[in-house]
Amino acid sequence: MPNFIRAPKDFWAGLIYIGVGVTALWVGADYKMGTAGSMGPGYFPKVLGGILIVLGLVAMLRSIVSHGQPVGAIVWKPLVLILLACVLFGLLLRPFGLLVSLVTLVLVSAAASQELKFDLKPSTGLVLLTVFCTLVFVKGLGVPMPILGTWLEPLAGPFLPYLR
Amino acid sequence: MEILANLWLGLSVAVSPINLWWCLVGCFLGTAIGVLPGLGPAATIAMLLPATFGLPPVSSLIMLAGIFYGAQYGGSTTSILVNLPGETSSVVTAIDGYQMARQGKAGRALAVAAIASFFAGTVCTLLIALFAPPLAAVALKFGPAEYFSLMVLGLVASIVLANGSILHALAMIVLGLLLGLIGTDVNSGAQRYAFGIAELGDGIGFVIVAMGMFGIGEIIANLEGEGKRDVMVKAVNGLMPTREDFRRMIAPTLRGTALGSVLGILPGGGAALASFGAYALEKRVSKNRHEFGKGAVEGVAAPEAANNAGAQMSFIPMLTLGIPSNPVMALMIGAMIIQGIQPGPAVMTEQPALFWGLIASMWIGNLMLLVLNLPLIGIWVKMISVPYHLLYPMILVFCSIGVFSLSNTVFDVYLMVVFGGLGYAFKKLDCEPAPMLLGFILGPMMEEYLRRALLIAKGDATVLVTRPISATMLVLAGCLLILVLLPAFGKTREEAFKEA
Repeated sequence: MPNFIRAPKDFWAGLIYIGVGVTALWVGADYKMGTAGSMGPGYFPKVLGGILIVLGLVAMLRSIVSHGQPVGAIVWKPLVLILLACVLFGLLLRPFGLLVSLVTLVLVSAAASQELKFDLKPSTGLVLLTVFCTLVFVKGLGVPMPILGTWLEPLAGPFLPYLR
Repeated sequence: MEILANLWLGLSVAVSPINLWWCLVGCFLGTAIGVLPGLGPAATIAMLLPATFGLPPVSSLIMLAGIFYGAQYGGSTTSILVNLPGETSSVVTAIDGYQMARQGKAGRALAVAAIASFFAGTVCTLLIALFAPPLAAVALKFGPAEYFSLMVLGLVASIVLANGSILHALAMIVLGLLLGLIGTDVNSGAQRYAFGIAELGDGIGFVIVAMGMFGIGEIIANLEGEGKRDVMVKAVNGLMPTREDFRRMIAPTLRGTALGSVLGILPGGGAALASFGAYALEKRVSKNRHEFGKGAVEGVAAPEAANNAGAQMSFIPMLTLGIPSNPVMALMIGAMIIQGIQPGPAVMTEQPALFWGLIASMWIGNLMLLVLNLPLIGIWVKMISVPYHLLYPMILVFCSIGVFSLSNTVFDVYLMVVFGGLGYAFKKLDCEPAPMLLGFILGPMMEEYLRRALLIAKGDATVLVTRPISATMLVLAGCLLILVLLPAFGKTREEAFKEA
């Protein structure tokens, strides 16, 4: 960070605003503007994109002329692990079913904490949570999530009708 | 005495056994999820919303109202017992409430909070019953120009009432407005910012944004402070406030209720400023001001009354105009639309049973909380004592399944991840997510009303200032904006938030 930027939080926020504003104008470039009397789909987004760019510039200007606090340290480990855990849940749900994806979600996200320990209590909790979610969401509320998923279903054999 | 007849109609709907049952279930679930550290009312309601879809409209809204009060109260419980406020409006309650808890007066603090909230809730239910009908009658005369100007006023008010930098609040609103435009344009049928992704054609679901920003983003931020936090929950005993407590809480409760009702009716939603303001006010006028920050009963009663009054009064713009003034009301509107009800001034005349039933159930919900939560406090304490590292994976599970169940697609789970990352980034940069969510929900509505207003006026933009009601609202919005940019007022606003 160059030292003429004295309010880094304003600087980064301003950069995000300008980025979104420019994207809005860029992607929306060929949306029809229309006239004020009958606005096309491009009218509102372009006006908003323009305003956002101006606000972003003001924020960046402010980051040079006024002092502000530094952006605190980013906790990469929880950030990555938690987002990854949810993505894995989405990826595994169809092919491997709720049981596998839920356990993956819990274990990967739990690894984000420093206090993760493989103990009797948390393990029992995980089993109970899995059973609870299967019973309540799939069987009770009828959310169409596969319990085993397309890859694992052949392994269930005669029990398959109970596990759908 | 039409109002009595109306309230009677409402009560007869709300106390039917089936509706009472769902109100109870809502209060219980709302409190159970709301007490979990780091989950504010918006995240709680977003998580529980899918559970109400299967019910008939009246029961579903009554259950949602129950969830709303439960979540509010659950948040206060967490602030008092472990000093972990789930949202800005209960930050101040944590100051004196937590001190009382550390002195072994947790039970009394919880009871004071519950009684102050109940009082404010009762007063505001009556206020809503009194003011909603005339306001709805006025609202029926609103044309598109008035609606557009009203939303501008609401957004400006939300900037003034937001905690933090005005520039960022403004930018976050515009960002939210833009995000709201993603999807199919209703007028031309053109796809906007969908990047060829079929799932984006219908736009982004509000619940997904709320869960990402308030649920996931919050969890990541909470893991930052891991290890530094002392989550020592002592046994709660002695629930009954002393006579002295009662004497001391009367005036602060009254003042807090008054302040909360006034600020809460503004379309920007003022629960946060109301509670900060009430605390600051008590600090000035109270005889016991030296006790503030060290466990003063007044410091719990006033912000709790103000916070509850503000939250409840935000039902007025939602019920009479169909305009949400905060993320929670936006979720309520979303739930109404799913039930096939278009919120707005017409609901009261077309579906009086639903409208008055909802209002009556507000009061019943408040009463239920009082009689349900104080005896059940032991259960809530148990839930709070679950260590955070065991809790947050469970919250993630419920968020993921909840988001999936909205339209049964894993794409929504990925979208939630994106907003979770954004939520964390904005938190690091001190950008409040609430104004963004407000802009997000109002974006498409504003565009629609502006288009219609200008279409009727044949492109003449002066229609916004030549119609008296519309002009008044724009002038008000302008005044607010100028006021907040004046250095003197800006300082007072900063102090109101900082004093606590």
